[in-house]
Amino acid sequence: MRKLLYKMPESLSGKEFTYCPGCHHGIVHRLVAEVIDELGIREKTLVVAPIGCSVFAYQFFNMDGTIAAHGRAPAVATGMKRARPDLYVFTYQGDGDLAAIGTAEIMHAANRGEKITTIFINNAIYGMTGGQMAPTTLLGMKTTTTPYGRDAQKDGYPMHMCEFLKEAKGVAYLARTKVTTPQDVEKTKKAIKKAFLAQIKGIGFGMVEVLSTCPTNWGMDPISAMKWLEEKMVPEYPLGIFVDKVGDEK
Amino acid sequence: MPKVKGYIEIDQERCKGCGLCINACPTKVIEFSEGFNSKGYHPAEAKYLDRCIACGFCYRMCPDVCITVYREE
Repeated sequence: MRKLLYKMPESLSGKEFTYCPGCHHGIVHRLVAEVIDELGIREKTLVVAPIGCSVFAYQFFNMDGTIAAHGRAPAVATGMKRARPDLYVFTYQGDGDLAAIGTAEIMHAANRGEKITTIFINNAIYGMTGGQMAPTTLLGMKTTTTPYGRDAQKDGYPMHMCEFLKEAKGVAYLARTKVTTPQDVEKTKKAIKKAFLAQIKGIGFGMVEVLSTCPTNWGMDPISAMKWLEEKMVPEYPLGIFVDKVGDEK
Repeated sequence: MPKVKGYIEIDQERCKGCGLCINACPTKVIEFSEGFNSKGYHPAEAKYLDRCIACGFCYRMCPDVCITVYREE
């Protein structure tokens, strides 16, 4: 007799992901789907896909959704949530989308305490367009637009979205995690669940920033990309829970 | 011999051969297949299933959700 332990969650459509081999987007997609399954809200959840590698997120999730213009996912989600407060809305955004062109939208959505959830994938680079410098690119990191490494004098400093957003009064849950080991994957799942609970309980805005690899544009194989993330990205972007007004998971 | 025996299925057509499951597996059940799938990748293959302990690490790390994990009872 075989007992089924883990299989593809129902909230994923089963369509093959269009991500490169070893990209962490897939892990985070699965975690979001698992959380939605566990909370039993699939029929009442809407996804807002961004522009970037995860532009087809609405096809991978087995639920209704739309794509927002570049960076405007929190604004679109605000509209959806205000028009249908009985539904649950989440946005799934990358760093080029959320931290660059969409900074105004995310700041104000968080400050207004919109009851939406944001999943923020930070891989320190623009993935879809071919590895250009993102606001989150580390100092000294080589990209196609900073071939000699990012220089603080010319290109500024890496952008820490969680540290900016934690000051906003409307934020109910804010955490930064990674998914490089199975233990971290479980921690990230807990964080995503709490970010959704912040919305379900009506407390406020919830966001989880997930440090993620981009093996293709970093020019590494998937395993050394994870090592690089641990060694270089984690010291720059310290992990942790910045705001937690949700309390117990029950 | 481990007390818990597990069994995994890998959807090799869906697999992109990134190797994250191979890296995560504590008992080294999985290896790259010598063959190709239709995408041209060497997919992961559960070669030593007798060692599987149903921990689910491969499932947790797989970015393409190719792996289904069972426990033998």
